[in-house]
Amino acid sequence: MNYIIAAWQWLAEPVNMSGPNGWEARMVEHLWYTAVATVVACLIGIPLGYAVGHAHRFRTAIVSSTGAARALPTLGVVTLFGLLLGIGLEAPMLAFVLLALPSILAGAYAGVEGAPRDAVDAARAMGMTEWQILFRVEAPLGMPLLLGGIRSAALQVLATATLAAYVGAGGLGRFLFLGLKTQNYPMMVASSLVVVGLAIVVDLGFEIVDRLVRRSHPTRAVAS
Amino acid sequence: MKWILNNVGTITDATWAHLWLALPAIVLSFALAIPIAWVASRFRRSRFTLLLVAGLIYAIPSLPLFIVLPLILGTSVRSLINVVAALGLYGVALMVRYAADALDAVSNDALLAATAMGYGAWRRFFGVQLPLAGPALLAGLRVVAVSTVSLVPVSALLGVNSLGMLLTDGFQRGIFAEVLSGIGATVVVAVAVDLGLVALGQLLMPWERLALRRGARHSTAEDKRVVAA
Repeated sequence: MNYIIAAWQWLAEPVNMSGPNGWEARMVEHLWYTAVATVVACLIGIPLGYAVGHAHRFRTAIVSSTGAARALPTLGVVTLFGLLLGIGLEAPMLAFVLLALPSILAGAYAGVEGAPRDAVDAARAMGMTEWQILFRVEAPLGMPLLLGGIRSAALQVLATATLAAYVGAGGLGRFLFLGLKTQNYPMMVASSLVVVGLAIVVDLGFEIVDRLVRRSHPTRAVAS
Repeated sequence: MKWILNNVGTITDATWAHLWLALPAIVLSFALAIPIAWVASRFRRSRFTLLLVAGLIYAIPSLPLFIVLPLILGTSVRSLINVVAALGLYGVALMVRYAADALDAVSNDALLAATAMGYGAWRRFFGVQLPLAGPALLAGLRVVAVSTVSLVPVSALLGVNSLGMLLTDGFQRGIFAEVLSGIGATVVVAVAVDLGLVALGQLLMPWERLALRRGARHSTAEDKRVVAA
């Protein structure tokens, strides 16, 4: 209990809070890493997932790639890239994108591939082009699954971003590793609590978006 | 390659330490998730809350959890109990959803038939519902097992021995082969545990082997769940 109070005191201390090395700036940095890596992974993963999902091909490859990615230790990917590219932001960023990619790819793929055959056939019979089928039938139907993929990717990156500081970049992990090295437990707890809070807020944010998407989901509109 | 040959002993020790953290956590996740999932599938209203809480726990990044959990447990950060508890917590959070779906998917007719034959609540659960949910439970547990094994290395940042030590040590000393063997060995352990679970499943559910041999392709619902996790 004492440590929690000490952690709060640490967070409330103006010296720790503001300025370029304060936890507020580090938190923004942390979110920035997460957003950039997730968006980059989306830019690669969604077109690729849609393409193979629409073509109904490489199913086994996609499913097994998500399985294989799950077995990869995130710390291993971060340290490996750190050794290859040296200290700085490039290495962890590349690692984040790599770690975020499989779940986004699988979400985009599964959403499009899983669109009801009847709906796709009906669209084709109505004279829709393949592009129209993809963007006006399959993609809207697969939106919840894609969103699920982006959600787990973003949370994965948010968690892994804590390790960025281990290979010389910033983010909230800075305080964690500084606290570990200097045996400053209140500092470790304080920054951990901020990361945990951030993850919960991001997850709840996705939950709200998920509700909104499901509410406007085509199958629901037809049913009501 | 030379590094690996010179350090076979270190890698073997780290592998055992790794398993010694991962296996208790996997067993713990399964044992705790079943009763929670039972509540979630039996009492409709609790389901939403339980799954929401499980989702939020799973969203917590691992390194901060390793640091904050000792405040609740009263252990030290580097204690093995702390690491196993944190891994188990993630495992339970992930497993509850699979287990609740698995228990729900059991045909109601089978449960009604068991009741009609005079099965009590306990016997019906352990004799009918749990075995019928077995294959789906196994599918969930395999996901939990693999992610638990790949989560263990993070504890090396706190100084707990596991294959993660090869990653931190290799990075700090700039030994490329050490980091690579740490990643490789973790993947191998994950695959080995996964195969072990499949073998255990075939042993406990011999009737499933027939279905598998017939080439029963797992439905897309299965893939969706894998994606959603």
